[in-house]
Amino acid sequence: MKAAAIRAGFLTSVQDLGRTGFREFGVSLGGALDTHALRVANLLAGNDESAAGLEITFGGLRLRFADDRIVVWSGGDFDARIGSTSVAAGHPALVRAGEEFSIESPALGCRAWLAISGGIDVPIVLGSRSGDLKAGFGGVKGRPVRDGEEFPVDDNPPRAKILIDRLGGEKIARWKPPHDWSSPARRTPTLRYIRGTDSGRFVELALQFFNNESFFVSPDSDRMGIRLDGPRLERSEEVDLLSEAVAPGTVQVPPSGKPILLLNDCQTIGGYPKIAHVITVDLPIAAQLCPGDRVRFTEVSIADAHALLLERERNLEQFRRGLESHFK
Amino acid sequence: MEITPLGDSALLIRVAQNFDDAPGEALNKVLVTKCDLEAAQIPGVVELAPAYTTVALFYDPPRAIDAGAPIENVFGWIEQRIRQALSNAGEIHADRIKTSLVEIPVCYEQEFALDLDEVARHAGLHWREVVDLHCGAEYRVHCVGFTPGFPFLGGLPRKIATPRRDIPRKEIPAGSVAIGGRQTGIYPIKSPGGWNVIGRTPLRLFDPQKDPPALLRAGDRVRFRAITREEFERSTT
Repeated sequence: MKAAAIRAGFLTSVQDLGRTGFREFGVSLGGALDTHALRVANLLAGNDESAAGLEITFGGLRLRFADDRIVVWSGGDFDARIGSTSVAAGHPALVRAGEEFSIESPALGCRAWLAISGGIDVPIVLGSRSGDLKAGFGGVKGRPVRDGEEFPVDDNPPRAKILIDRLGGEKIARWKPPHDWSSPARRTPTLRYIRGTDSGRFVELALQFFNNESFFVSPDSDRMGIRLDGPRLERSEEVDLLSEAVAPGTVQVPPSGKPILLLNDCQTIGGYPKIAHVITVDLPIAAQLCPGDRVRFTEVSIADAHALLLERERNLEQFRRGLESHFK
Repeated sequence: MEITPLGDSALLIRVAQNFDDAPGEALNKVLVTKCDLEAAQIPGVVELAPAYTTVALFYDPPRAIDAGAPIENVFGWIEQRIRQALSNAGEIHADRIKTSLVEIPVCYEQEFALDLDEVARHAGLHWREVVDLHCGAEYRVHCVGFTPGFPFLGGLPRKIATPRRDIPRKEIPAGSVAIGGRQTGIYPIKSPGGWNVIGRTPLRLFDPQKDPPALLRAGDRVRFRAITREEFERSTT
């Protein structure tokens, strides 16, 4: 079965949980910038949590399906509708064959993830359906979705069929996940980080600045990384470093002294000193940062980062069990 | 050996302090380390990626915790398992590392060699001498990265080492063979880049439909062979 993008919007791409196992060949992780949001949306739509969905940047997407589908979106503060009916983040909603699902530009944040029951059925390339827009493979022909484009969606799974029956009357389910999970954007976000691999290569003042001052998101930010403007972060030594691995969350500082927070499409290696690493559970907040936004950073221990991640996984497991009653 | 966190889901294992003094030795250490860690199958490990003096290990903390890692010290638990795996391994035997010798045909003709004149001028050589030197050496892949499949090759004759261009090009064609400082490399896909382009290969360095997707991996040995424009055309059709 097919879905058709009447309008593709500013930047819409197919993403799943990313591509692992090929970093040694220089292949980026890719995947949804907020994998947690996509996992939750997939579970609510009756999919496996790893199904491919759409990552929508700055909205403008209008979609139609050839048959009935359950959709669930989460992310920034977007105005999403089925026809003229508003659909709030996190609520499973039934879109009948031929009806239009639309998502307009956000009041807060910049990205949304849309799970469609059945999942988007583009070919798996190197273990993932994610579009690597920089290298030009995966997703829809290795590029963003275009206006008028059709793409395949797999058959509705049994759980989605149950929801389609159940939501025949009210169309939009009353239940939703915890607010933070479906709406992670913040007005004045603080991102938690653990000390960087190369923090010893910066002057003390740079480390203090990073932990206290505000930084502004620069316009040349994308899925590779968020460029930040703020007090110059000076190094204590000017030596060239050998390239070594970097990862989403790594904050590296080029000679300009302006830090770059790397995201999923970042290169696999980098030669700039790494002042910090934003913790995994805060990457969904980072994924909502828009040009001009102000952001702060605060240091935590790696043990705290792990405890928070484990807590989130346990909560997700509990949530998954709690959903069972809706699929019976 | 130094093991440091690279965020909460990865760590860096530094097996050599310096690369340039003994690149071959550092590279072999890195490859043996990766090989031993693969064999050790530490619970929660997602993947390993070598680069120059380090091996990066990516892990899934909840999976490590399920396998017995204490929540308050997941990093220490994995670190201990890494040290164990590497101490049991004993001496480094270079023959344990599987590497191949790959010949890369390169057309050095003007149309593809955007900066060959500049490299020749910098070296004070005729362009033919630059090509002879480039083809005469044997290289080793020190690292793959920058773009998918991009090999950073060591072993470039010092005479033709050339600093990167002051202003990087916005677009370098796929297959371009280039010199950046003391390294040479090949651009597998169209991308921006600051290296000096001296030729082009008809080979595909990266093909996502293949497994492995890259023609070269860290440790592989490489030689370049000069080909004519006609041979280039024949190989691409």
